[in-house]
Amino acid sequence: MPLYSARVQVSLRPSVLDPAGEATRAAAARLGVEGVTRLRIGKAIELELEAPDRATAQAQAELLSDRLLSNPVIENWTLELQELG
Amino acid sequence: MTIGIVVFPGSNCDRDVRWAMEGCLGRPTRFLWHEERDLSGLEAVVLPGGFSYGDYLRCGAIARFAPVLQEVLSFAERGGPVLGICNGFQVLTELGLLPGALTRNEKLHFLCEPSRLEVQPGHCRWLGGYDACESITLPIAHGEGRYQVEPERLKQLEDQGCVVLRYADNPNGSVGNVAGLTNAGGNVLGLMPHPERACDPVTGGIDGRRLLEAVGS
Repeated sequence: MPLYSARVQVSLRPSVLDPAGEATRAAAARLGVEGVTRLRIGKAIELELEAPDRATAQAQAELLSDRLLSNPVIENWTLELQELG
Repeated sequence: MTIGIVVFPGSNCDRDVRWAMEGCLGRPTRFLWHEERDLSGLEAVVLPGGFSYGDYLRCGAIARFAPVLQEVLSFAERGGPVLGICNGFQVLTELGLLPGALTRNEKLHFLCEPSRLEVQPGHCRWLGGYDACESITLPIAHGEGRYQVEPERLKQLEDQGCVVLRYADNPNGSVGNVAGLTNAGGNVLGLMPHPERACDPVTGGIDGRRLLEAVGS
């Protein structure tokens, strides 16, 4: 069965406060980088999955992104899928 | 009648709930391991505080798929009383039994302190022992308790009387000062404060007793 790799990028929705991002932005200034106007912390999840075809792999990776890897109440996600062969 | 207490790997307030229920209130309890599927004979189910599955991914995100929770979901949908305390509240939102999500505290600190709350019991079965607008004090202990929901949904929840507990001083930055929420049926309650830690005068107050006494008394 073909193997696919997926990279899911999960970010906080713009309306959700990111206090950890704000604290990191403040640290950037202390490092001497004054120009950081926005810093948001998300997470990246890398996974590999076997599926009979690309459409199935895409559908399964989307299901994972939507129902497990992110919480749609507070987060958005994007997905990149590649066939590994 | 027996109160079920769900135990996930990483739960750490399960025994506190048992002590409060049995030691302070004389109510029998049964631990429900996360792989358990038999809820027969239980009058209510408590999801205790802690760090279920290490809170990996998000608080409550992995717990939501535990076999026991599929049974708790059906139990709640049949009108069975379900109480989620702290991590249990986070699990209830991930499970979809309560709306919104609990996020990192506004000031990032883990907060462990007494918190003043205003109770609006409304139709919530767990809060029948409290007066409207009553002010109580319960301990909080969390790093991710900032309640988050879209403004329109918050308004809806307020109009429906589902916001049953609010912080007097909003220590974590929750929208609408939300500390606890009930569902439309009033049988599910999720709250960040710990009523089980306020059932014996030796721990500094007994404002949590009436909450834990509410069901089946």
